Order: sequence, then structure tokens, then C-alpha cells
Amino acid sequence: MSERTFRYVGTRPIRHDGVDKVTGRANYGADHSIPGMLYGAVLRSPHAHARIVSIETREAEAMPGVKAVITGRDLPHTTAKIVIGEAALDLHDLSENVLARGKALYHGHAVAAVAATSLDLALEAARKVMVVYERLEPAMTIDRATAADAPILDEALVTKGKPAPGAATPTNIATRLEFRRGDVEAGFVEADVVIEREFRTPMVHQGYIEPHACVARAGGDGRATVWSTTQGPFIVRDQCAGILGMDAAHIKVVPTEIGGGFGGKIVAYLEPLAIALSRKADRPVKMVMSRDEVFRATGPTSGSKIRVKLGAKRDGTLTAASVSLWYEAGAYRGSPAGAGAMCALAAYRVPHFFIEAHDVLVNKPKVAAYRAPGSPMASFAVESVVDDLARDLGVDPIELRLLNANAEGDPAPYGPKYGPIGLRQLLEAALRHPHWKAPLGPNQGRGVACGFWFNAGMNSSATVMLNGDGSAAVVTGNPDIGGTRAAQALMVAEELGIPVERVRPTVADTDSSGYTDLTGGSRVCYATGMAVIGAARDVQDQLCARAAKIWNLSSELAGQIRWENGRAIGPATPEHPSRAPLTIEELAAAMSKSGGPIIGRASLNAPMAGPGFGAHICDLEVDRETGRSTVVRYTAFQDVGRAVHPSYVEGQMQGGAAQGIGWALNEEYVYDADGVLQNAGFLDYRMPVASDLPMIETVMIEVGNPLHPYGVRGVGEVPIVPPLAAVANAMRDATGVRFTELPLSPPRVLAALAPSGL
Amino acid sequence: VAKLQVNAIVNGEPTEFLCEPHETLLSAIRNRIGLTGTKEGCATGDCGACSVILDGRLVPACLVLAAEAERRSVTTIEGVAPGDGLHPLQRSFLANAALQCGVCTPGFIVAAVALLDRNPSPTEREVRYWLAGNLCRCTGYDKIVRAVLQAAPDVRAMRSS
Repeated sequence: MSERTFRYVGTRPIRHDGVDKVTGRANYGADHSIPGMLYGAVLRSPHAHARIVSIETREAEAMPGVKAVITGRDLPHTTAKIVIGEAALDLHDLSENVLARGKALYHGHAVAAVAATSLDLALEAARKVMVVYERLEPAMTIDRATAADAPILDEALVTKGKPAPGAATPTNIATRLEFRRGDVEAGFVEADVVIEREFRTPMVHQGYIEPHACVARAGGDGRATVWSTTQGPFIVRDQCAGILGMDAAHIKVVPTEIGGGFGGKIVAYLEPLAIALSRKADRPVKMVMSRDEVFRATGPTSGSKIRVKLGAKRDGTLTAASVSLWYEAGAYRGSPAGAGAMCALAAYRVPHFFIEAHDVLVNKPKVAAYRAPGSPMASFAVESVVDDLARDLGVDPIELRLLNANAEGDPAPYGPKYGPIGLRQLLEAALRHPHWKAPLGPNQGRGVACGFWFNAGMNSSATVMLNGDGSAAVVTGNPDIGGTRAAQALMVAEELGIPVERVRPTVADTDSSGYTDLTGGSRVCYATGMAVIGAARDVQDQLCARAAKIWNLSSELAGQIRWENGRAIGPATPEHPSRAPLTIEELAAAMSKSGGPIIGRASLNAPMAGPGFGAHICDLEVDRETGRSTVVRYTAFQDVGRAVHPSYVEGQMQGGAAQGIGWALNEEYVYDADGVLQNAGFLDYRMPVASDLPMIETVMIEVGNPLHPYGVRGVGEVPIVPPLAAVANAMRDATGVRFTELPLSPPRVLAALAPSGL
Repeated sequence: VAKLQVNAIVNGEPTEFLCEPHETLLSAIRNRIGLTGTKEGCATGDCGACSVILDGRLVPACLVLAAEAERRSVTTIEGVAPGDGLHPLQRSFLANAALQCGVCTPGFIVAAVALLDRNPSPTEREVRYWLAGNLCRCTGYDKIVRAVLQAAPDVRAMRSS
């Protein structure tokens, strides 16, 4: 990639959707209403595991104002799958997750839905739906779910991948995978030090502030329009089509502004219900989840059990690793255990390793993607042991990581050779940073940890339209969660040579944009960005062609026209030794006469992405009387490829760090013995608030990704990976205690610091 | 049960609406008056997304009954800007990139307006504790706190002019 000087990329303009968002004008999921609208409500299972014996809806249906009631019987049986990038969504499971059939598999599992003329009435009617359950013992932990006498969620479940030899059936283990390199036993023999530990992390929720919400309007013609707060309008469309047995062409999904997702707003929960209710009632239906429902029935990500064994020579060189991961899938297969396995050792050269990963069904909500799915827990386990190795060997923990760090050309543990990656550069930056050597106060400790995420490419489309005054519009299908409109406008500005304020970025509905995969996988600025650049270059080519027409150039001379800084520069000819350039404004004004409107298009599938690494340094202060710990200083280092809008890249790094700190210190799903979630609210599910955190310093390292014309690599997910271990390693430094279970909440810390009786 | 008729001053305008006796001020603002800038994140007073100023006092609108607004003054995000421009806090949030998804932003700006009303020169610590009732899941609060600190002198200047 040649070094390119940028005019707009790398600047920090005001985001285009900013004024709407600071004035309250921006419309999010629950803000949309249409005339004649009904309100929907969902009846949810009060049991974590139960057979549904019967459902009686007549009393609810007879209530005045109740217009429709649906149960699992109203949804067709399906075995279809829809493909998203490398993964596939199993619509059979999704359909049963949307409305239970046969069994309720977690507390909060949807069993029936009602539409009525008011929300109060809909809630009352939902309570009048009579369900007879036969309660079953729930499997609430990995240990219980994998025990010989475990309660079985799905009698027909067959372990995919590589089942353990002699594994019993029926089973709750949905998938078992193995990855290996070299001879792991020989590798441990070579080691001077071997450390083995077992770690546990609880289920945690994405915690977006905006609950799930939608409005659906299904007409008598069999067509439907859905306004939805989603990371993937096309994916919601295809899920609804598959679950309801409709044609994709008969559903239009209009994405509203989205109030956070972090992976949790990809699978559909309400939209198929709202369409089905709207069809039955022949009225539009609005559905909005309560926060309680969000906690009980959406998200979360897996709780985990992870055993890590690392071996190293006396100088710190890693010789072998063995990692076993068990991830909770929730009620249906699909935990990110496989991704966790591939991320666990991604930072390091390990000549011999064995990794196994298990996807385990438990009677908890079906897990959804959550920012770098699977990687934070694996990193917590491995980076804790790396820290202990450094302590045992008396080596600086950053030096130890540098000694073993992967670089360009090294094979990734998951297969391919790494291209240019910035892991070493960012570790060197961390080592040089004043934070690393700054003095600590009393009861303070410092920890460091690395993190990795693959990043995604996938399908994207973009359209760039030139206006008569030389300004432009760019249209894509990616809901803007964190500033992607501004990034796309910057790319158009860069290619066309017009100020970024003269570009209007729009997020379009599924009828108005080419197919585009979800906003997720840290892919929008990268893959959709490439489509935007492609569409802008298409406009550029057309502008040059119009200039050739205006100048009346032969096709040979037309090929010599260059586009520079918003102007077409023509070749010198004997008649025109110094031809005045044609500006974009002049060419735009002449559009009609020179051939009509100019619209640039691009669509692509980016099969690969630029992998991302980060390292975080955390200073933690521990109150030994209460067990409460506070992050007092925090610095995040990351290879960001190319920061298109640096403020929003910093924002991703800071936000990911804060989410990871919450995971490390306080967040957890707390269940009682019957499998009922005890803390389904923001008071008891304790996410970080402003007074919990310091400023979060960011250090952006730019090692260009050769797969993208500007060097962009995904940035959104990496920063949630390092904090879990960075915080735990700081806790180890402050207290001398190696905690192997998260969160490091005051009761757990206090119990470890002051053994009972003190 | 009959609906109640409520007369309030909303963003400086005399406003009349009907509501259920048990209806929250949040529901009335959003569904009766049609001002959807005030968001519902939890409905239990824990997230601050529905922050409004009621007779000069910062409250979560989800914990106030709509009927309690009778003859009182309510300021929502739609009413914080002076005249036709933006409030200095709104400008500062934009300049500092202090929002990502933006759904918590109205609540933060209303809360920060209430802070600077009472304490025109807050320290970082004071800003962090005042805003501890507002949840943001995207930003890690860094840029929000900077935006408020940076807006404070402009708000003081606006008040004295």
C-alpha cells in the first residue's frame, strides 16, 4: 500500500446525525408510531425448564379491546437456515426462541403474544392466557449440564464437531471442537515452568440502554413493513421471512436509529411476533420490551469455565499450551466457544498446543453475540496465567508478552498466516508509556493484558449520488451505532474532493439499499467503507467521462484525465496546451446536458478482514475494609489500522474498556436454585457509571491493513477483550490474590482478603 | 377510571393533556404530548435516559406521575436550547464526540443543564458524581465528562449575557 496523504480522512468533523441526537429529534425504536396502532405484549415462562402441557387463550381473546392472540401453534415449522458471513442462523431454533413449542427452556421464554388497543390491556390479556406446565429440573450450570445425570434440554441433540471419545447420549453438549499444533506433551516437557488454573466467568448482558422495539404493519396483500431497532435490517427481514414462511420481497424493514446493540440486536425477538399479530388483527402493532424482559429474554453472552495450562522456558519463551473451554449456549446451540478457542492463544507464538471447546446447553436465555464474542473470557483465562508466568519468572509482563508476540508472517493459531499486525508495536508503545512506570499509591496494583479479535468483512453495498450543486449523498444499509455515517461521508469527501459537510450520509431501508450484512463484526468502516469508496470512485470515473465529453476528447486522451481535489484535470493537447480543469460543481451543473444523473454503485463481499490487537494497562485501588475496588488509571493501546474519524475510534476504545471493566468488577447474572434471574434490572445488574471510572487514555497505533484502500481495520470489538485480565492482574498486584472467578465484586474480594472469622 | 386533565408548562408552553391516574410523566411526555426525545431505558429510575427538569429539579420522568405535573414547569431535551440555536452543552457534546448511539444523550444533556444551573464551575469529580444517575454503555463517559467541563464557561457566559 503506497503512503497516501489524506485531506479529510483522519479529521474530526461533527457527525452528520449529531444535531438530531443532541436535540431529541432522532427517532429510535420506541419513538415510532403510526395511526391505528395496537400494542403487543408477551407472556413469558415462569419456569426455567418445563413441558408445556396446554395453552388456553379463549379468555384473553374474549376481552374487549383484545384484537389478536398467538402461540407457537401460529408459527409454521421450519428447518431453514440463513447465512450471515461465516455463520448460519438456525431458523428452527430462532422460531422456537421467538415462541416456545413443546417446552419452555428458560425463565422468560416467550410462550404467547397478545395485541390490544392499549399496552395496559395487552399486559392484562397476556396474564389471562392460561398455560399448564409440567415443571422439570433445570440445568443451570456447566457442571450440572455436563453431569452424568444431567437434566436434558433437547433429547434429540447430537454433538456436532468432534465428540469426546465415549461421550454419553443424550447430551447437553451441542458442539465440541479441537485445535492442535505440534506435540503438546513434548512441549510441556521442554518447559521450565508450568502453570495450570481453572477460571469461571458468569453470564453477562450487552446492556444497551435502548430496549428492543418495533412496529409492524401487515396488510391484507400479504406484505409487511417493520420499523425496527436492529443492527441488521436485512437479517431481520430474512429471519421474519423464514420464521413466518413469507417471501423476503414481501417484507420491508426500516431501521430506526439504534440505541446500542453490541451484538444483541441481530437476532429477531419481537419482529416476527409483531408481524404475526398484525396479520391476525389487521392493524399495525407496536411492541417494546421492558428492561426486565431485555435481561430475561435477550442477549446475554455465555458464562464460561476455562482450564488453561501454559509452559515456558526460564527466559519466558512459551513452549506449550493446553486450553479447555466450556461455554454456556443458553437454551439453544450457538455459544461462541469456537471463537474463544481460536482467540485464546492468538497473540502468542506457541509451538505446541491443544485446545478443546464445548458448547453447552443450559436453561438460560439463548446467548447472542456480544462484542468480540467468546474472546474476552478466553483472554481473561490465558492472560491471567501469562501474568503468573511473568511473576514466577521475574520477567516484566510486557517484556514477556513482547518476547512471545506474533508478528507478520507468523501462523495464527486458527490457521492462516498473519499479514501486517501491530501487536509488537503496541506492546512497545505500552512499555514506553509513562503509565507503565508511574508510581502506585497504597492499596493500588497495576495489571496489563492483551486482546485479539478477527474482525469481519462480509457483504456490503453502497450508492453515491451526485447533486446538481456538486454536493453528494451516500446511501448504505448499515444502522449507525457509533459514527459510521460520519466515517462514510469522510470517505466520499476524500474520493470526490469535496468538504465532508457537503456529503449527506443516509441509512436506508431494505427496499432502498443493496443487500448489506449487519452492523457488527467491526466491519462497517472496513467492508461497507470499501463499498462506499468503490461507489465514490464510480462517480469519479463518470465525472471524468463527462469531462471528456465536454472537452470532446478522443477515447485515448480521455483515459489521461485525472481526478484531483474535486477537479477533472485534462491532458494537454496542441490546441489546449494548458486546459482549465473542470470542477465538480461545473460538471454537476452540466450533468443533464452531458448524459443525465450520476449515480455510483458498488457491492462486494470482503471474505477477509485485518485482525486487531490491543493491550490495556489498568491501575486498581482496593478498599480492604469493603472489598470495593476502583479503577484509578487506565490506558488502552490498539492497532487501529487507519483512524478515519479518530474521535469515534477513541470512543470505541474507551467504551469497550468500560464494558470490560464492568464485566471484570461487577456484572453477572445471578440465578436462584429454580433458575429464576434475581437481578433483571439496572439497579442490581451493576454496570459502570461515570463516578466509577477515570478518564480512559487511548493510544492509537496505525499499522495499515493492506486489504483496505486506506488501511482501515475494524476497531470496535478488540477493546472489550483485554480489560477482564488487565483488571484481575491489577487485583493480583494490589492484593497478592489470584482471582480465577469473575466478577471481582466486593463480596468476593472481601471473602478472599478476610477469611471467615476475621 | 376516568382520565385526568393536566395543565402544565412544558418547555415554556402552556400544555394540556389527558392521562390515566397511574400514568407516568414519561409516558405522558412521550405518548400524550408527543415529545419522544425523552427516552425510556428502564422505567425504574436507574438509567437516567428520561431525565427532565421539573420546577428546577432534575427528576427521572419514569418515577413521577403525570398528574404531578399539574401547574408545574417541565423542561425536556426539546426545550433546553435557547431560541433557534443549540445550547452550549449540545454544541460541546457534538464537538467532543460525546455520543455514540445517542440514546442516552438527551438524558445526559438535561442532567448536565441541571448541574450547571446549580454549580456553574464543577470539578471533574463533581461532574462524574452528578452524572452517576445516567447510564451510558457506549462511551466509557470520558468524552461526556470532557464535554460538560468544556461547556461550563460557555454556559456561564450565556447566563451573564
